[in-house]
Amino acid sequence: MNTSVAATARLLGAGLRALLVLTVICGVLYPLALTGAAQTLFPGKADGSEITDQGGRTVGSSLIGQTYTLPGGDPEEAARPDPRWFQPRPSDGLGANSVNTQYTLLLSGATNRSADNGAVDGACPKDAEEGTLCAQVTAAQRAVVADNSTASYTVAPRDVPADAVTSSGSGLDPHISPAYAELQVHRVAERNKLGVERVEQLVREHTEGRTLGFIGEPRVNVLELNTALKSLIRS
Amino acid sequence: MSSQTAGLLQLLALIGALALAYRPLGDYMARVYSSQKHYAPERWIYRAIGADPAVEMRWPAYLRGVLAFSAVGVLFLYGLQRLQGSLPGSLGFVSIDPDQAFNTAASFVANTNWQSYYGEQAMGHLVQTGGLAVQNFVSAAVGMAVAVALVRGFARSRTGELGNFWSDLVRGTVRVLLPLSVVGALVLVACGVIQNFAGIHEVGQFGGGTRQWNGGAVASQEVIKELGTNGGGYFNANSAHPFENPTPFSNLFEVFLILLIPFSLTRTFGRMVGNLRQGYAILATMGVIWVAFTGLMLWTEFAGRGPALEVAGGAMEGKETRFGIAGSSLFAVATTLTSTGAVNSFHSSYTGFGGGITLLGMQLGEIAPGGVGSGLYGMLVMAVIAVFIAGLMVGRTPEYLGKKIGTREIKLAACYLLVTPALVLCFTAAAMALPTPAGSMTNSGAHGFSEILYAYTSGANNNGSAFAGLNADTQWFNSTIGIAMLLGRFLPMVFVLALAGSLARQKPVPETAGTLRTDKPLYAGLLVGTIVIITGLTYFPALALGPLAEGLAA
Repeated sequence: MNTSVAATARLLGAGLRALLVLTVICGVLYPLALTGAAQTLFPGKADGSEITDQGGRTVGSSLIGQTYTLPGGDPEEAARPDPRWFQPRPSDGLGANSVNTQYTLLLSGATNRSADNGAVDGACPKDAEEGTLCAQVTAAQRAVVADNSTASYTVAPRDVPADAVTSSGSGLDPHISPAYAELQVHRVAERNKLGVERVEQLVREHTEGRTLGFIGEPRVNVLELNTALKSLIRS
Repeated sequence: MSSQTAGLLQLLALIGALALAYRPLGDYMARVYSSQKHYAPERWIYRAIGADPAVEMRWPAYLRGVLAFSAVGVLFLYGLQRLQGSLPGSLGFVSIDPDQAFNTAASFVANTNWQSYYGEQAMGHLVQTGGLAVQNFVSAAVGMAVAVALVRGFARSRTGELGNFWSDLVRGTVRVLLPLSVVGALVLVACGVIQNFAGIHEVGQFGGGTRQWNGGAVASQEVIKELGTNGGGYFNANSAHPFENPTPFSNLFEVFLILLIPFSLTRTFGRMVGNLRQGYAILATMGVIWVAFTGLMLWTEFAGRGPALEVAGGAMEGKETRFGIAGSSLFAVATTLTSTGAVNSFHSSYTGFGGGITLLGMQLGEIAPGGVGSGLYGMLVMAVIAVFIAGLMVGRTPEYLGKKIGTREIKLAACYLLVTPALVLCFTAAAMALPTPAGSMTNSGAHGFSEILYAYTSGANNNGSAFAGLNADTQWFNSTIGIAMLLGRFLPMVFVLALAGSLARQKPVPETAGTLRTDKPLYAGLLVGTIVIITGLTYFPALALGPLAEGLAA
């Protein structure tokens, strides 16, 4: 009995020593060496790909989506989108799952609603229960149609692309599809008193194709587009 | 180019890249685990451990090493989280509650990486980098060690000796995982994955004002999270977060990392048993299942059936624009057919059938190609079952790789097969029968059931992904999923090592005209059939209540 207890203790001791040695290697030396290499080779990227506007002020990261909303309003209500700027995708998953109140940290997350969430008899009803995916998608579609139709340009619900009415996985999607950007051009041009063609050109300049022609999807970076739009307005 | 065509081209590019790496990496790993030479830094490590790497171990000794190392790992990680608030490098986060700390410790040591916490809001530098990321390395190395021990069981005869656990653990970590991680992490940083120790800081915003961000050593953890088929994200959104997976290329690269070692290990297996064609048969079986699942997933997600998705005009809920439907589907299949569980899109919002494919992928036992190491030993156990079934059909004592599959071997293989389904189905049934667990569901009806079935499937199979609408941070889920993860990881290892010991003791049976050729397409077909039928019969009733009901209603 005593020998088996001693043997077990010896074994656990070996396990602990192995863990400590490997912790030093994989948990201290490796991340520190890598941070050094990353900061030397790709300093901007390792720190979060921050971008600046014309005046040199940091406006965020090209990788992280932001909201472009009107200031003020009722703090209880969701902020209203500012029609002068291109709007990102909805992010209905954010904010609902905050667990740490110590910080107002940027939190990522999806809605995790199922494809039939809020559906009745296999279809989304007109008055889907609030907070369900059916209600979110229907409301978002109605808002996109209403916000983007101008005197000379009417948006039909079938023209609204899927990314305009769905939340992304991270809730921080920095991109929208070229179709959604195109759909917003008339509104943005009107609100900023710019020519439609000039804004269309701006969207084209900021449309990224697939990497090597086949990896990923074509997309428009909203922050970069809005930053370019801002300098266009100022000039 | 249509999105569908682009998706197929991405799949082909992935196959091409894996094929290029297959031979060099598989052969290299075979040399790593066969070589007698110890490098100087490794000798220092052995001296620190106090272990002689040259001592051969029989299966009980090997198993004791695995269990002792893992038990210490659980305790260490538990303690680190419980003390977080009092230790430096916590970023001001408080200590983790006991039930959640147990769940997370079990999760990372069991190579599962189920997360009931929110990474960016709960874990500081010390726990993430010094605790969780370390287990990402060593739990993967333990998986590879056990797989190599089983391979030695087939390769050796009249001995019972399976190698040295400490040597396999250290070599897997420093010769395989570390070098690949360094290269892979730098590729990820070049794409835009962050790597800093900035902590919580303010960043200016477009509309004026600032936002708080949590910086961290993300690239160094992201790479081993995929390479070691771990899956625990630095951030809550996991690989959907742009700081973990910033570009379409980084996405494809991460899928490549997930599949790299599990596929290449079949070459290592062929090399070590001295018959490369045996490795190819296993590879073909894994490859066929993986490609078929990917095809089905692309089909159902592009079809986009489901009430809310049809209103939206496409299955983009929970998916990122830069990856699109194709890049998300490729990732989802790779992560659930291996034991990774990282996600770049949220499976709960997939079509009914799409969610079902991710569930079924895990329920196959994660063997196509499976987790690092665990995929290979899981598939070899299936291969033993398949020769047994073939043996029954022709009335001959089954053999595999020159070893007789007798009563003892088949008992051990059958026990292995029963562990995870028993855990999944019993815990799911208990959670559904009790009054409180259902309160954690976000969705109702068939999908609500799927959330719970998914949670235990993911835990017991050591996957770690989730139908994340489920609020799993309750004492019930933290405790039961924690237990499911530990039993689902270590009980099968007991049977695998016992099987390895029993095989290694045998003397080889000479091959005759009546021997089933296990290196032929016919056998690979039989193996695919065995896997699908056994899994199908086990889980069909549960799947019918969840994803099948949802998918057929859409």
